[in-house]
Amino acid sequence: MTTRIFGSGIKRREDPRLITGEARYTDDIKLPGVLHMAVARSPYAHANILSIDTSAAEAMEGVAAVYTSEDIGDGLAGLPTAWLIPDSDLKTPEHPALAKGKVRYVGDGVAIVLADDRYRAQDAADAIVVEYEELPAVIDPEAAAQEGAPLIHDDVEGNIAFRWAPFDKEASDAVFDEADVVVSERIVQQRLLPTAMEPRSAMAQFNPATQELTLWCTSQNPHIHRFIISAVTGLNENRVRVIAPEVGGGFGSKIPCYPDEALVSWAAMQLGVPVKWTETRSENYLITIHGRDHIQHVDMAASNDGKLLGVRATVYAGMGGYLSTAAPGIPTILHGLLYVGPYTMDSVYCESIGVMTNGTPTDAYRGAGRPEATFLLERMVDKVAAAIDMDPAEVRRKNLIPAFEDGYDVAAGLTYDSGDYPAAFEKALGMAGYDDFRQAQAEALADGRYLGIGVTAYTEMCGLGPSQVAGAVGFQGGLWESATVRVTPTGKVQALIGASPHGQGSETTLAQIIAEELGFPVDDIEVVHGDTTETPMGWGTYGSRTTPVTGAALAHASRKLKEKARVLAAHLMEANVDDIEYADGSFSVKGSPDQAQSIQDVALMAHLAWNMPEGMDPGFEESQFYDPPNFVYPFGTHIAIVEVHAETGEIDLQRYIAVDDCGPQINPEIVAGQIHGGVVQGVAQALCEGAIYDENGQLLTGSMMDYCMPKADMFPNFELGETVTPSPHHPIGVKGVGETGTIASTPTVYNAVLDALSPLGIEQIDMPLTSAKVWAAIQSAS
Amino acid sequence: MQVSMTVNGVKREADVDARTLLVHFLRETLDLTGTKIGCDTSQCGACTVHLDGKVLKSCTLLAVQAEGCEVTTIEGLAEGGEHHPMQTAFWENHGLQCGYCTPGMIMASAAFVRDNPGASENEIRHYLEGNICRCTGYHNIVKAVKQVADSAAGA
Repeated sequence: MTTRIFGSGIKRREDPRLITGEARYTDDIKLPGVLHMAVARSPYAHANILSIDTSAAEAMEGVAAVYTSEDIGDGLAGLPTAWLIPDSDLKTPEHPALAKGKVRYVGDGVAIVLADDRYRAQDAADAIVVEYEELPAVIDPEAAAQEGAPLIHDDVEGNIAFRWAPFDKEASDAVFDEADVVVSERIVQQRLLPTAMEPRSAMAQFNPATQELTLWCTSQNPHIHRFIISAVTGLNENRVRVIAPEVGGGFGSKIPCYPDEALVSWAAMQLGVPVKWTETRSENYLITIHGRDHIQHVDMAASNDGKLLGVRATVYAGMGGYLSTAAPGIPTILHGLLYVGPYTMDSVYCESIGVMTNGTPTDAYRGAGRPEATFLLERMVDKVAAAIDMDPAEVRRKNLIPAFEDGYDVAAGLTYDSGDYPAAFEKALGMAGYDDFRQAQAEALADGRYLGIGVTAYTEMCGLGPSQVAGAVGFQGGLWESATVRVTPTGKVQALIGASPHGQGSETTLAQIIAEELGFPVDDIEVVHGDTTETPMGWGTYGSRTTPVTGAALAHASRKLKEKARVLAAHLMEANVDDIEYADGSFSVKGSPDQAQSIQDVALMAHLAWNMPEGMDPGFEESQFYDPPNFVYPFGTHIAIVEVHAETGEIDLQRYIAVDDCGPQINPEIVAGQIHGGVVQGVAQALCEGAIYDENGQLLTGSMMDYCMPKADMFPNFELGETVTPSPHHPIGVKGVGETGTIASTPTVYNAVLDALSPLGIEQIDMPLTSAKVWAAIQSAS
Repeated sequence: MQVSMTVNGVKREADVDARTLLVHFLRETLDLTGTKIGCDTSQCGACTVHLDGKVLKSCTLLAVQAEGCEVTTIEGLAEGGEHHPMQTAFWENHGLQCGYCTPGMIMASAAFVRDNPGASENEIRHYLEGNICRCTGYHNIVKAVKQVADSAAGA
């Protein structure tokens, strides 16, 4: 082998089917006799249902059935919340698949129609007459937590679903009382619409004879979907098959189990024919989970010479009308534990209050809690710098944790695995020409031009995670993964994994791991995923965990196979096992290189089993369950350079530099793609994206006409750099990289814009920094 | 209503509801599911096809309005068993991740480069405003389109 496959930016194995239109996503799959489901949805954010008249809909051509929650009765259990944060006085209000007596957000399902065509199904859903008694609605999570706010669930007093505050308040207060400098800000982490390009879709088929249900759906975690669908329908889990075929992006929004998936399953069971539902984009914006939605009151304490002493925050996290699958874990475990960031800061405090509102339910959205923590930290570091009149890069430099290779305990209770934050930081500053920029910035200002630079140093916790930790923090599942490496008699490989990638390129990177370990050509390795019947149990693809966790399972399974191959090769060549040498997929006897057995030869002989060593079982297949001993902690530094046009408020993002360290890169092109995409998502939060509701709880950004998605012409070419610090606890040292771009980029661009505006005395503008808002801030400042 | 058009070089006829969108006709009636639907408002471009050689978002037209037209979808872009250069460029440059926007991106970009060989990066970024991608951050899409634009200009 001349080129090492590990570390090579080979073309993706997924792409041929995708560039030709041959890939089959859920809505592309056709079954004969299928009925289409449409859902009649609440037009009110908060209302009592007085009556539902389905007679007109039932009489329409092509309509097979119409159902309300009364028809379902106890046929479907409520959708469960699966992250039960301990010591938080958590309430989990009932979440029925169709509303019972009351609707709690615009889009809450009220009735379903099954018809022979999707147009007719929607016509009939529109013909359902529902009489509502409108109630006052509340969207703002801080307002919803105040006394006298409209009560959304009778059993959630004060709309407070949980209150999580695990750190020592007195110790934190003492740090703030004694600090030279305390800076404060109210930060709004606006609601975001995840907007996977493929809308959600689900199709169910039920076989009454075998009692088997097959559900094709847009899932990031088919095994979790199987578990929940089994629980809500009452079918045995081994009678439920969930298939996530090609899935067009998720960003967290395809983790939860939604009412729609339960409803197609139930309807297919009632009617004995397949039932399909695909959301429109308008429906997606109303009913598929939203992200972020925090109001944070943040303080940071520092000394006059720039030492960061502590951070504390009270966070009101909007949960929406119901508690989605993993929702309580996002503004708590995945947020407050990140408050130290990459700094030697000894005091953290977080009180996170989960608040029911009349908005769409929120849940994990790319980064999930960690972008909200990183933004808060990085914004406050810039404020400290301004307060003590020190360059913000210098403040960061003074506080970065020094390089460490195997474990670093931080005040938030985590043990970071490895890092060299100063190296990534200095590399990024060098790429940006930081000092020269400061000079150019001053000159531009003299000409009346407003340039700005933002620098973010970050680390984050991903590769979720040790199952024991999952249990301790109330996650209702494990977080290990399993994988099987199966070699056919002719020496071709099928790798079966429980995780479920949906755009990350894992069919390529995971094949590269196996190729590296066993020497098979990468083109001979197929990664099989997404079908609960074909694949071993796994917890899914989210939290930047598939490469670190599934990758480790595959590396270990491959090593078991290699050991078997070594023993069998020795036996076949009548040599001592200790004398067997391995290189590039071939086993040879030390000293006689002409005598060799290729991995393919060994695989065939293991299948034939004509001549096996004593005690060795036939076949060539190994499995591994892998539970990671710790999270992995990628890190890096991002820098943005912007110009703000004072006449219009427009922001020109001129340069974006990202130096990320995710350990050894299996496929640098795929790593770069993850960073590019993540950066655009995070920058878009800073500059343009935001879900807006009116005071009645109507979503005003209900389509792509109103919700500002980032477009190609908003961005320069990105400048990427890397450092490589392996994770000490991982068999191949890799860390996750799926969320780093989103985590780092929002504060980077936000701080750059505020840096540009600082000569005008502007200190704060709520995101997104639209030209209208920036222009207004400039007007009121001057 | 009866509708007849040539799709990927093959004459196709069907009886459809008058309100059927061209994209639904392609996907549901003809089972050409390579053309995708990503929005309801003609922003995202996932449904982009060529109609008589011009770029068209197939959610903006009724099937019956395409009567007698020549339609090319992603399934018909490759010729003689070879990928179209734009398909090759997307593959070589990692210009796709989840793949959902990809058929529309490739159809739009192929027509753009045909009409604008040698287009600059800036022109490409501006043109691609009509096609939304959530995964790639556009970086490698622009790189792929630029590669084809450069080679078209050199030819």
